[in-house]
Amino acid sequence: MSGPAPALALRGVTVRYGDVVALEEVDLTVGAGEACGLVGVNGSGKSTLFRAAVGLVRPVAGTVEVLGGSVERARRAGLVAYVPQADDLDRDFPVDVADVVLMGRYHLMGRRRRPRPADRAAVAAALERVGLADLADRQVGRLSGGQRQRVLLARALAQEARLLLLDEPFTGVDAASEAAVTAVLRDLVADGCTLVVSTHDLTMLPALCARAALLHRRVLAEGPTAEVLTPDNLARTFGLDPPEAP
Amino acid sequence: MTPVVLAARAVPAAWWDLLVEPWGYGFMQRALLVTVVASVVAALLSCWLVLIGWSLMGDAVSHAVLPGVVLAYLLGVPFAAGAFLFGVGAVALIGWVRATSRVKEDAAIGVVFTTVFAVGVVLVSVTPSQVDLSHILFGNVLGVSDADVWQVVVLGAVAAAVLVLRRRDLTLYAFDRVHAQVIGLPVRRIGVLLLGLLAVSVVVALQAVGVILAVAMLITPGATAYLLTDRIWRMLWVAPAIAAGCAVVGVWASYALDVASAGLVVVCQGLAFGAAYVTARVRHRRAARAGRPGKALAARR
Repeated sequence: MSGPAPALALRGVTVRYGDVVALEEVDLTVGAGEACGLVGVNGSGKSTLFRAAVGLVRPVAGTVEVLGGSVERARRAGLVAYVPQADDLDRDFPVDVADVVLMGRYHLMGRRRRPRPADRAAVAAALERVGLADLADRQVGRLSGGQRQRVLLARALAQEARLLLLDEPFTGVDAASEAAVTAVLRDLVADGCTLVVSTHDLTMLPALCARAALLHRRVLAEGPTAEVLTPDNLARTFGLDPPEAP
Repeated sequence: MTPVVLAARAVPAAWWDLLVEPWGYGFMQRALLVTVVASVVAALLSCWLVLIGWSLMGDAVSHAVLPGVVLAYLLGVPFAAGAFLFGVGAVALIGWVRATSRVKEDAAIGVVFTTVFAVGVVLVSVTPSQVDLSHILFGNVLGVSDADVWQVVVLGAVAAAVLVLRRRDLTLYAFDRVHAQVIGLPVRRIGVLLLGLLAVSVVVALQAVGVILAVAMLITPGATAYLLTDRIWRMLWVAPAIAAGCAVVGVWASYALDVASAGLVVVCQGLAFGAAYVTARVRHRRAARAGRPGKALAARR
């Protein structure tokens, strides 16, 4: 890794929940401006890795560095965006699309979080980019799953984050939303943002991520996507576990 | 347009006297002021409590203040101080039990608040007769003093102001705590703030309706508003408006019918919830028949 500090660097990271080891001595470096796919079955530690990167869990061993500094520093500066799956959030929650996107900017706003013109402009621009400008006033539950996913992506855009952690952004997403999300993510990488995209869906991966890491509590393989996604590696990633219920 | 005015148009002069007469008495004016202030503050808070799923926490805090109130009477300190102390203490204890054992949250809440409440019942039974248990449990709003009124108005105004000023943080906290944490907001402090405001609201509400029914004021208006609208900012108008209306009707009717005002205020809130429920169902049916699934979804809410 030459040039600027990596956007995300985990060194020997071990995370435990009680007796359960979720991550074991994980080494992973994602360079600034790269898009890295994080591939693994459910329960392989993808979410835990994200949680460690934003300081929601503390590793029992190892270090996590974000954008050349501590996790805490990056968190306080709002440099990292976590984009959850749309279904993780309450779809009946009484807020509209623009409200949710504005939440991406609360750390940039005053104590009362009163939006200034610049905040409203950023929200409008983010919604424009994900193609939802005409749905800004819609309650969030009255959107398709793919549209809700785009709202959460727009929130990360409004946040002006430099590192985006995306949790299964294509799960349960219609084709139109998938194309919109992919286009925006490619633009972000072109602008120098760093992406880490967790997925168990391999069809989208090569088109979006130049690099990939296979995770199964440990990093099983890491490198250029084409080299990592070998049948042998995939068998190790997906085959070691008993088959999951869908 | 309060329901009192509505009713006045259609009733004979004797009834008009009955509508106006109660408000000539000082004790009725104080009762009305205390009940309206308590209802509005509790209604504001209830919007977030029902969205977060903390209704049971409201129940817990309102019951847990009982020993605090009794001790405050015995020691001659403002009862709000004792109530606040025990409300906050119960919340801390619940959090501690849940975090340090395998007991789940609802069980932790149930064990802690019933135990603390029971301690209050025991305390009442061993104290001299100046503590009237029924006044604490069911409220004594017709007997409040000027000092009580001041206490309620000041505490209520502070709580309402904080809720309104910090409403956006509270809404984010209710919607997506992880995001709040990730962008560097002090999530733990927001949670503590909310619980502190809950304790203050309980202190205010129990002056109006007592320990047992305070929880109703902390849940019903928010739940009612949630049935009627799918925007939080509208809920924050609808819930206090309905609660204030119920306070006026309840206090007046308690005079006219010579029954307990606390009970009537809460019954009014329950009736308002029922009306909102029917409205939401009808809207849902109509929308479904009109073949607008989007609207139907909204109405179901």
